[in-house]
Amino acid sequence: MPQLPIALPSQVPLSWYLILSVILFVTGAAGFLLRRNIITVFMCIELMLNAVNLTFIAFSHKLKQVDGNVFSFFVMVVAAAEAAVGLAIILTVFKNRSTLEVDEVSSMKL
Amino acid sequence: MPVNFMPTPQELFRFAPEMLLTLVATIIMVLEPLSGADGKRKFAVISFLSLAAAIALSVAAAGDPGAAFSSMIVVDGFSTFFRILVMVAGVLTILISTNYLRMEEHESGEYYALVLFSIVGQCIMVSANELIMLFIGLECSSIASYVLAGFLRDDKRNNESALKYFLLGSFATAFLLYGVAWIYGTTGYTNLSEIRRVLLDPNSNQNMVVISAATALMFVGFAFKVSAAPFQMWAPDVYQGAPAPVTAFMSVGPKAAAFAMFLRVLMTAFEPVKDRWEPLLWTSALATMVIGNFAALRQTNIKRLLAYSSIAHAGYIMVALTAHSDIGTAAAMFYLASYTFMNIGAFAVVTYIARKGERHVEIQDLAGLSQRRPVVAAMLTIFLLSLTGIPLTAGFFGKFYIFKAALDANMVWLAVLGMLNSAVAAYYYLRLIVVMYMQAPSDEMEELPAPSVGIQAAMFAAAAATVFLGVFPSVVLDYAGKSASFIR
Amino acid sequence: MNFLDLIWLIPIIPLIGAAAMLLFGRKLSKSAISIICPGAVGASFALSIGAVMQLASLPEKAHQVILYPWLPLLKADMGYLLDPLSSVMILVVTGIGFLIHVYATGYMAHEHGPRHGGFYRFFGYLNLFVFFMLTLVLANNYALLFVGWEGVGLCSYLLIGFYFHKKSAGDAGKKAFIVNRIGDAGFILGMFFLFQLTGSLKFTEVNEVLRSARFGPEAGVFGLLSLTALLLFIGATGKSAQIPLYTWLPDAMEGPTPVSALIHAATMVTAGVYMCARSNALFSLTPETSHIVAAVGAATAIFAASIGLVQNDIKRVLAYSTVSQLGFMFVAVGVGAYWVAVFHLYTHAFFKALLFLGSGSVIHAMSGEQDMRKMGGLKDKIPVTFRTMFIGSLAIAGIPGLAGFFSKDEILWQAYSNPVLGSKILWAVGLCTAAMTAFYMWRLMFMTFYGEGRMDEHTKHHIHESPKSMTVPLMVLAGGSVCAGWIGMPKVFGENGFMQALEHWLAPVFESGKEVAHAAAGHAAEAAHHDTTTEWVLMGLSIGAALAGILLARHVYLRLKESERPSGGVLYPVLYNKWYVDELYDFLFVNGLSLGGGGLMAKFDREVVDGGVNGTAWMTRLISRISMWYDTWIVDGAVNLGAFSVRAMSYPVRFFQTGFIQSYALVFLAGVLAIFGYYWWVH
Repeated sequence: MPQLPIALPSQVPLSWYLILSVILFVTGAAGFLLRRNIITVFMCIELMLNAVNLTFIAFSHKLKQVDGNVFSFFVMVVAAAEAAVGLAIILTVFKNRSTLEVDEVSSMKL
Repeated sequence: MPVNFMPTPQELFRFAPEMLLTLVATIIMVLEPLSGADGKRKFAVISFLSLAAAIALSVAAAGDPGAAFSSMIVVDGFSTFFRILVMVAGVLTILISTNYLRMEEHESGEYYALVLFSIVGQCIMVSANELIMLFIGLECSSIASYVLAGFLRDDKRNNESALKYFLLGSFATAFLLYGVAWIYGTTGYTNLSEIRRVLLDPNSNQNMVVISAATALMFVGFAFKVSAAPFQMWAPDVYQGAPAPVTAFMSVGPKAAAFAMFLRVLMTAFEPVKDRWEPLLWTSALATMVIGNFAALRQTNIKRLLAYSSIAHAGYIMVALTAHSDIGTAAAMFYLASYTFMNIGAFAVVTYIARKGERHVEIQDLAGLSQRRPVVAAMLTIFLLSLTGIPLTAGFFGKFYIFKAALDANMVWLAVLGMLNSAVAAYYYLRLIVVMYMQAPSDEMEELPAPSVGIQAAMFAAAAATVFLGVFPSVVLDYAGKSASFIR
Repeated sequence: MNFLDLIWLIPIIPLIGAAAMLLFGRKLSKSAISIICPGAVGASFALSIGAVMQLASLPEKAHQVILYPWLPLLKADMGYLLDPLSSVMILVVTGIGFLIHVYATGYMAHEHGPRHGGFYRFFGYLNLFVFFMLTLVLANNYALLFVGWEGVGLCSYLLIGFYFHKKSAGDAGKKAFIVNRIGDAGFILGMFFLFQLTGSLKFTEVNEVLRSARFGPEAGVFGLLSLTALLLFIGATGKSAQIPLYTWLPDAMEGPTPVSALIHAATMVTAGVYMCARSNALFSLTPETSHIVAAVGAATAIFAASIGLVQNDIKRVLAYSTVSQLGFMFVAVGVGAYWVAVFHLYTHAFFKALLFLGSGSVIHAMSGEQDMRKMGGLKDKIPVTFRTMFIGSLAIAGIPGLAGFFSKDEILWQAYSNPVLGSKILWAVGLCTAAMTAFYMWRLMFMTFYGEGRMDEHTKHHIHESPKSMTVPLMVLAGGSVCAGWIGMPKVFGENGFMQALEHWLAPVFESGKEVAHAAAGHAAEAAHHDTTTEWVLMGLSIGAALAGILLARHVYLRLKESERPSGGVLYPVLYNKWYVDELYDFLFVNGLSLGGGGLMAKFDREVVDGGVNGTAWMTRLISRISMWYDTWIVDGAVNLGAFSVRAMSYPVRFFQTGFIQSYALVFLAGVLAIFGYYWWVH
């Protein structure tokens, strides 16, 4: 594996990055559960994906590999594609129901 | 060390089916705005032919198995089996879609392009040997499916289905990806074989707590994709709301591919820590079967009933996964093959009787089908009998081998509970048969025109395959048995 | 012509018939259907005769035809095996099946069905049934047997529900199917264990392995072999309507009468007996399971017979009688007399098919009436039906010389005399059942054919003998009911090639079983040589029991005035049952007094005879009550409990499946936390 000399402040230990990523992930998951607006709910998913990216980059730094950085790019690209499709879907929902309240979209159940 | 990133022709050939389908899908997207309203039909033909060519290429590529792109993907018997399976599912989907789209006045090239993109994603999923590649395949398949689920964008049910699928799907993907990130962090690799090597290495001191947590996160992601309990909640709503042919596609293609990647990850990478997976799989398999079957008992909407039924079938396949053996893998492969045919077949009939706007998807709409359309009723009977697991149909041997694998793995209780579950399932499948054959059609039912050529072809092909697999199971089973060893 | 290599055609011809009916039947005339379908079964019958005759000349008495290596993993081929056991079965299935098909052409002639689809569909299903049944008995391995096993179940389901505009018919069909699935689960598990034990599902290989030194008899322990045999037997109880899975069979009488005769009397329900006889090597290794089989068989026999005593629906009497007779066959299996089980299966096929078809002819004459209380005096109006049913009733009652006598008596003798597996209790229960059988059959005869006609004027006016197509099969079957037993006479009547033909013919199949059984018994069986005096005495007792039953029925139903018997009205079975027992009690008590006359005799009567009579009556009433109680509370209770638990199970699903995305995500997170919690707990 090609190694890159990446200079990050070495006095910040790895665990801090990881703890931050866990906090981000949990915040995202909690937001997904608690927010009412569909767009906000969707943004919470982006938050969770950012937690993933942070983890990848932090590990990549620790392992002295470039792979983790590349993965985070992949994740970003896919997240962008997802956002494009997701916003389009939210848009059609809004057009048909004139609401962005997430609980209003619950006609199919049981 | 200089690394040559240029793929060799050999590698390109191994990846040829995916490349062909991507190319064709892109061309369809480009041609779409240029073609008139009546010219949409050619896209169906083009995608049909390209899938046929891709199947041929997959078969050809299987003659020269091996890895490609720095071991990111691998072409072996296992991936070839599933590649062909998802492509066949795609072919059948296209056959049942054309008439539906015309009836809904929504015919367009995008639809076919999205189906093709989704299939490309599934092909990558089944041949990925690497977690990031797997993620890309998964997203490629999922994003296309999100759009397909809401394809009729003025239909409220379609919207709702797409939104639920999209939000919950992305939520689950985030979990999967977070698990991948942690696995990468602890083992230093994302390649499945390397992960296995590290986990087996006694010198590497792995933090088992972190590995357990990471595998749990990945398990969640996979379980969501295969609609295993307790992550199955999305499936009934999404399946009910999506256009019928799309439901047919979603309930087999992405599911088969998800099971394939589940199997590969489980058997290749995490085999050394299988003790941690087994209780999860065991519990989830049982819960999935029970929830699927018991919820299906009280459904009145056929699409929703089949959605719960497909959850139950995922439970049976989870039993095979729990067995964690070559025979279990082969049983799961065989089951997925038979499930693909019988389920698409059943949905082909649903697509046909639903008519415009999907107004006829209640069980009562099947009343007297045996008199209104005897051939269609006979076909649906074959699919339902196979889903029940009656001998001489594919479904019987599927269940048979799964329970055999479970017994071989000394999971007697799971096998017994699974068999009891399949006895329960007989009830709701038979109810449909009873309504078809033993209830007179009501007078206000609208006339059912003869099914379109596409639907007919899909029904007959699926029925033929269902019966063939039931009478000559060894053909597929032998192949599955041989390819099962590749992912060890 | 080499028939032996053509045995695969035997099942295929009815399949072709079925396919022709279901595909083109709509366009065929009734007369064409009446030729094609019975013709297909007749052709199979002819081929079967040819093949069996050629089989007889083979030294090894077995012939296999492998069509296709079907499941190499399980060593199960798509292959057929003709040996003495399957040869008896195919002759019964095709021979009696043919007669019933012919009969059905007459019986179903007025069948219009919804949109006139009834006739061809009926015959299509019937031919399909014959195909699956022949596959079942000709299969050379358990997996293919299971295909036939499920197939006959499916056809039975379709045919029971044939009158689907009747809700009860549809329900009965579903009940049959679901009860059978429970048995099937046992069968599949048994099959798996058998494969694990022997490494094959092929009959010949399984028997060979079981006979080898690897396996010893499991006397005194309940090991894996016993469990396997028990699981297979559970499968058999579902198909052959034994306790506790018998309840579907009486309800199955909702189907057309030829179906009851073919499927629910002569062939399908005997599949369990056939399967157990086929697995004789296994069962003889497992005395523990054999005891269970015999006990269940005997309990079913007396239990069903006691219910049969009080039924008023002519077909229901016969249905309970079938359950009871199947119990007899399982007693034979349980005491290791496999050939006798097959013998009784074969004679029973004749007289029970005859009785069912005869009852169909009665129902036909009565314009569809099935309640015996509304019949009577039909003796001279439908003479052919009467005479043939008379013979059938004598045969099932066990009157010497007729088919039922020889087979039933042999079962009783084996139950009595087998030193390891037999017991006096089994014999006594069998004897009581035999008496009850004679009683309820003759009750049926007297209520139906003798005395005054109790039908309304309109029905009375329409009574007519059935057409030739129905009466000729009756006559043939009556001939069979007389003669069929002659090839299995007891050895005390003399020994020669004809009189014990069946035992000798079947001997090669049960040879393995016999050897193992001897090993199991430590050669004790050999010691039990024939004690001829005992055998004669026992025979006399069983004839006495049969005569007593008939005479008692004659007394109650012929001598007593009609006003003394229950008449009309819809009464609950329990109530009705009780009433009937009171009748019996009154009759015996009053009669005893009048017979006694004088004081001492009267006293003797009161204190001794009446005591005995009271006791008997009390016992009968108790058994009947227990039967009904079991049926009402345990069986229906289990069904209701099933329905309840289904509803209860669906609540949690409905509770969570709210349609809200975020509640789904909540369940999702709960799942994640549960997994984490589990790992935390493990560490």
